[in-house]
Amino acid sequence: MVDVIRSLDVKYVAANPGSSFRGLHESLLNYGGNTKPEFLTCMHEESSVAMAHGYAKATGKPMLFLAHSTVGLQHAAMALYNDWCDRVPVIGILGNIMDAAKRRPNIEWLHTAQDPAAMVRDFVKWDDQPASLQHFGESLVRGHKIATTPPMGPVILVADGDLQEMSLHGTAELKIPKASPTRPPQGDDAALAEAAKLLVGAVNPVLIVDRVVRTAEGMAQLVTLAETLGAPVVDQGGRMNFPTTHPLNHTDRAGGLIRGADVILTMEVTDVWGLINEYIDNEERAVSSKIKTGTKVISLGTGDLYLKSNYQDFQRYAPVDLSIAGDAETSLPALIAAVRSAIPQSQQGAIAQRRDKLAQAYTKARVAAREAAAIAWDARPIATARLAAELWAQIKNEDWVLVSGEGNLSRWPRRLWTFDKHYRHIGHAGGAGVGYGIAAAVGAAIACRDAGRFAVNIQTDGDLMYAPGALWTAVHHKIPLLSVMHNNRAYHQEVMHIQRMANWHNRGVDRAHIGTTITDPFIDYAGLAKSMGMWAEGPITDPAALGPALKRAIAVVKQGMPALLDVVCQPR
Amino acid sequence: MRTLLLLAALWTAPAMAVDSAAEGKQVFIRVGCYQCHGYAGQGGSAGLKLAPEPLPYDALSTFVRGTTGAMPAYSTTLLPDADLQKIYAYLKSIKKGPSADDIPLLKNLQ
Ligand code: HEC
Repeated sequence: MVDVIRSLDVKYVAANPGSSFRGLHESLLNYGGNTKPEFLTCMHEESSVAMAHGYAKATGKPMLFLAHSTVGLQHAAMALYNDWCDRVPVIGILGNIMDAAKRRPNIEWLHTAQDPAAMVRDFVKWDDQPASLQHFGESLVRGHKIATTPPMGPVILVADGDLQEMSLHGTAELKIPKASPTRPPQGDDAALAEAAKLLVGAVNPVLIVDRVVRTAEGMAQLVTLAETLGAPVVDQGGRMNFPTTHPLNHTDRAGGLIRGADVILTMEVTDVWGLINEYIDNEERAVSSKIKTGTKVISLGTGDLYLKSNYQDFQRYAPVDLSIAGDAETSLPALIAAVRSAIPQSQQGAIAQRRDKLAQAYTKARVAAREAAAIAWDARPIATARLAAELWAQIKNEDWVLVSGEGNLSRWPRRLWTFDKHYRHIGHAGGAGVGYGIAAAVGAAIACRDAGRFAVNIQTDGDLMYAPGALWTAVHHKIPLLSVMHNNRAYHQEVMHIQRMANWHNRGVDRAHIGTTITDPFIDYAGLAKSMGMWAEGPITDPAALGPALKRAIAVVKQGMPALLDVVCQPR
Repeated sequence: MRTLLLLAALWTAPAMAVDSAAEGKQVFIRVGCYQCHGYAGQGGSAGLKLAPEPLPYDALSTFVRGTTGAMPAYSTTLLPDADLQKIYAYLKSIKKGPSADDIPLLKNLQ
């Protein structure tokens, strides 16, 4: 088993230890020498999977996780769902004891299921329960291939205890099959040509991207497509797709652009319906079209190539005009070529004019963002814009990576910082399941450590409390990671939801804090981190104290260790 | 702050404004405006900027009472006019801070 894992160049395996995979665990340590893969001690299976999730987004490579088939997988399930929604390759091996006649009494019965993967089959891409070592080898190599083929996703193998523990007989007959990674599909040439024609003929084309870019080359091509068309790009931020400093980045202006568009191309966007319709969360649940009649919508992506029925993460059906199945990044060169050949020379002037106009609007939006950030500059609790600006001042000269989402921070980092490389951020949880944040950040920080980059995590308070043991994992494995808390002392999204309900129901408008806030007592997050051996400071309530504290924390991270600053912030 | 509140008790006109602004801040927090608009009414992804320079009171009141959009409306049962006026006093009391160009961290962005 270890040889097969090694053949796939898997560098880490994340796990909370469990007797059902004791055979594999021991073999990884003593046969494998605990290198490639190295064992990462986790304190919750949800953290193991989220670590693998963050790592895979930062490297493009799967990390392995191990778990009990029953009590481990049940803990891991939420993180697998995030991973599935976010289309990220993660591979899990579950310990299970199939032969009832051999199970240890009691515990191995509790830790065995007939069909362990059944519980998560609705949101893993593939699973298998190998009956022999040869079968295990073939299935792990196949699983790796399936997990890393777009649309990517989690894969699960069940490793029987007997297979893990028994002595090998006839090993000469065992063969590790050659890996044969699948090249992602490009969209159909004729369809791309049709899309190019529509885009070139448009007066106000708009490009909307979500999980497109994996490589530097991919980002460069997306820039080329936008420049060639003179089209604004709205980056939904599932991945780092488009530089925030490019004058065609118009993410802040999405609403108006979509309303004014005559052709929209979405790339790897799951919720196209939600983009082209206005949904208001009022008592009528009011819906209206955002786009003008006659606006053509084109979708390009792998979403239609693989989906399942039960969980509704595929979003509402969008009646688009041209739907192209294909990996968007892989399709970019052909799409660019099609666009180039569709543009008549006579149109170059108009495109250049559009580019200039968009560049002016871009500059205006950046200036407006800076002005908006100045409001409440000295507020207490500390304004989220201030937090972002102070943080930026301290990290901008590093080769930094934002290893957390930033949606809860009013998206200030993307509005103020310079995101210029394809690895500058890793998107968000995917399934909006809480508990992803700290562990995904630790996983991505391992990738940053290995690549010589500086990992920055904006950590929310509610998320940290799901499985704070990930802090210990970071200390134990000496993973440099700067965590700066956006501590609004609440599950704040829910505060707002309860407020909305109270208003609608015309009662109790001053009670939305009950059951939603994390006060009385406040949690001492710095104390929590320190208890696990992490350098930490806080709670910081004075905005003027933030810069110096960040400097101290960064000095610790630069020595190769994690550090946490607890900052008491405005809600959003 | 304590001194200001004591002064307010003396019924001098400017102190009265401070008093109702301070009270207004309490109401602003109690009924949840801060949740979406921020404690200083600065706005963000969940709500628009309300201060400094708030809308005229009539426009603000009409909006708060009657909106059917993304913000949940507040009836007079939930938020009596007197309380909304206190909120308004708070929003009016929020002074314009330095502009981005006067803040080195924002001026030096990029
Ligand atoms: C649940 C979130 C939420 C709460 C609570 C909330 N607001 Fe709002 N508010 C919004 C949003 C979102 C908008 C933008 C609405 C739109 O564009 O239709 C808004 C807009 C406004 C506006 C219009 C601003 C403008 O410039 O057009 C005013 C005034 C306002 N809110 C005042 C208040 C006051 C006062 C309170 C408390 C009594 C409050 N809001 C509570 C979310 C909220």
